[in-house]
Amino acid sequence: MHHLGNFALMAILVFAAYAVLASLLGVWKKNARLTESAERALLACTALSTTACFSLVALLLRSDFRFEYVASYSNRDLPFFYKVASLWAGNDGSLLFWAWLLLLFSGIVVATNRRKNRELMPYVVATLGAIALFFTYMNFWVCNPFEQLGVMTGEGPQPWAPEDGRGLNPLLQHPIMAIHPPILYTGYVGFVIPFAFCIAALATGRLGAEWITSTRRWTLVAWAFLGTGLLLGGRWAYVELGWGGYWAWDPVENAALLPWLTSTAYLHSVMIQERKGMLKVWNVSLVIITYLLCVFGTFLTRSGVVSSVHAFAESDFAKIFLIFIALAAGASAALVFHRLPALKSENELDSMMSRESAFLFNNLLFLVACFAVLWGTMYPVLSEAIQGEKATVGPPWFNDVNVPLGLGLLALTGIGPLLAWRKSSLDSLRRNFTWPLVMGVLTGVILAALGMRQAYALICFALSAFVIGTIVQEFHKGAKARRVHRGGSYPGALLDLTLVNTRRYGGYVVHFGIVLIFIGVAGSAFDTEKKADLVAGQSIDIRGYQVKFLGLDEGRTKNYEWMSAKLEVTKNGKLIGTFAPQKHFYLASQQPTSEVRRHATFQEDLYMVFAGVTDDDKTTVQIFVKPLVRWVWLGAIVVFLGTIVTLVPAKRELRLARKVEAVKQSLLVESKKKYEVA
Amino acid sequence: MNRKKLKFVAGSAVILGAVVTLAISSFDETKAYYQTVPELKAMGSRAEGRRVRVAGNVVPGTIVRREEGVVTFDIDYEGEGLSVRYVGRAPLPDTLVDRAQAVAEGTLKRDGSFEATLVQAKCASKYESAYEEGKTVLE
Repeated sequence: MHHLGNFALMAILVFAAYAVLASLLGVWKKNARLTESAERALLACTALSTTACFSLVALLLRSDFRFEYVASYSNRDLPFFYKVASLWAGNDGSLLFWAWLLLLFSGIVVATNRRKNRELMPYVVATLGAIALFFTYMNFWVCNPFEQLGVMTGEGPQPWAPEDGRGLNPLLQHPIMAIHPPILYTGYVGFVIPFAFCIAALATGRLGAEWITSTRRWTLVAWAFLGTGLLLGGRWAYVELGWGGYWAWDPVENAALLPWLTSTAYLHSVMIQERKGMLKVWNVSLVIITYLLCVFGTFLTRSGVVSSVHAFAESDFAKIFLIFIALAAGASAALVFHRLPALKSENELDSMMSRESAFLFNNLLFLVACFAVLWGTMYPVLSEAIQGEKATVGPPWFNDVNVPLGLGLLALTGIGPLLAWRKSSLDSLRRNFTWPLVMGVLTGVILAALGMRQAYALICFALSAFVIGTIVQEFHKGAKARRVHRGGSYPGALLDLTLVNTRRYGGYVVHFGIVLIFIGVAGSAFDTEKKADLVAGQSIDIRGYQVKFLGLDEGRTKNYEWMSAKLEVTKNGKLIGTFAPQKHFYLASQQPTSEVRRHATFQEDLYMVFAGVTDDDKTTVQIFVKPLVRWVWLGAIVVFLGTIVTLVPAKRELRLARKVEAVKQSLLVESKKKYEVA
Repeated sequence: MNRKKLKFVAGSAVILGAVVTLAISSFDETKAYYQTVPELKAMGSRAEGRRVRVAGNVVPGTIVRREEGVVTFDIDYEGEGLSVRYVGRAPLPDTLVDRAQAVAEGTLKRDGSFEATLVQAKCASKYESAYEEGKTVLE
């Protein structure tokens, strides 16, 4: 109990409660000093939370096994890097880390809004303070990472520490696992900022563009991190779990996908609001739903309500978490309802052939996908509640529903940006769509002629070609027009174009990355796999590869013992190399893991698994050939880079900002002069 | 409602209808019921062909790796045992070891054995057993 971390948590409870009360009281009494002191209290929470987090890291690094968390998730011989990563390996620690990110972001918001958004800030601070209060409450009372171990003796309980810790789950001992949770959490937690501003906008009735523009960067960053976190999780599953895939519709993956779907919908629909003042209710709802789904995902991961390979041990905090979600949902809904008259649309839909309607259909598809995934994920709970019999649906169901939706969205990725706002004329449709359509159809016809019969994959490749055609066309047209007006080289014009309108062209780069991911996913329609029990010298033939088993090898490190199957790979007679997929046996946790080996090219991955040794001493080797997987990772990188482009202030904005600053300065100088004269 | 809105609503309805049809048509094929070993056994012949998920602890020493990745093992749930024969293509999780908590998805065969196409497992930890010896968390 008597530990620095616990004192920090207690202090956060006090300061966060003060921040909420002082903020609201400050608005009510119109007392700026009170609201400012609330902001400072929130900053104090940031510092305290940092202290709590670092003190747990210190305990992990010192291998202080008197603490239950340290004893459960690390051991003496764990490498430094993973000792730090143990912070987010378990429920208690990861919740502490979550709260720290929340308060870190809150601190940044307070620090950067000293002179901006003064009407919104009190409510932003109150919202953030209330959320911090909840998470810290959970961390202090329900899942406290600073609890100490004890043993019952005749004189009551006495402190006790095991010789060594139980060790970090070996599956988590992978470099990606050290960065995947922080990145995913940054996404999850990041949406709290748009949510807080949205609540502030609803509370103050300042429902214009103010809160949207103030949170545009937060939203984009959170979105990019969430997506990157999702794909890093997929990459981890692919290289570490050894079942040959990167996405299994596991409840925890789904939990992170849900807010990604709704936030992607929001990123699109918000443009309609900025342009035309439509969809205001829809947009505040999407921001609220996204945040609630983030919290719900956090809950789902930890509560064990839906059995999953990820789930942390079951803890009794489900009830409190659900109450928090219900309260947040209820309060948000009440605020939206209260402001319904002010959220009235300023415009109407003009035509089906317009950018707006493409965005509306985009939103519809995202939301339907979100609902389907939510339904499938929660089905075990729902079926038990309704039919009294717990049942689950498998990955094939998720694929059946989501593949067509995904293809619809892919088509819209190409169509939307080519349609004009309000209404597209037939002439402009013909001008914009001819070449991309030709590209798409040609790709489809050629692939079909080459013998491709998988309908979904065929459609996906044709649509991908169409979308890439539209993107290339957009860049080309823009660059050509720019050269007519300003001259210069073609690549220079391309760069210039992008810098002048970073949102638009960055968006195209993001779209391009998404297309690459689609191409990679479509490749999975052509996966093949072979499994065989081999003795040294025997081999497996698969898709032109010959994988020859040379023999077993073994050894040990401080952390684990290992065994490997040496494989020599040739393709069409040409030697590619030798690979040694392994089995590790971790000493601290007494757990085995598989270490796959891959030979990756842009054409396909050769994925090699050492599956085990049979009872008659043969070595079971499983080989997967997985076409185009690499495009998924490449696409993810492109999406991330594209998002960075959209975050760069456009040249126009910069020029405008400089002008505003210059005017401000001259006014300041003038007023000073006046003051001096007076 | 004006014509444009009507068109949009009609379009949305078509999409929703298509998705719901898809969702319903493949729902039953992939549905699996959660059942305990005693429940499954009590169902007798009615359980044949029904996709279920059963959970239990792996009985030590029963894991046998046969040819081509087929693995057999016994699970036990509150004293009731079940022989599982894993025939799925995916490599078995490494966490499937003696005493692990396992979940097998598949169907019950006529001979009373269980043919699984999916197996998940969670290791029983040596640390939890330390608790059983009287270790507690200090208040």
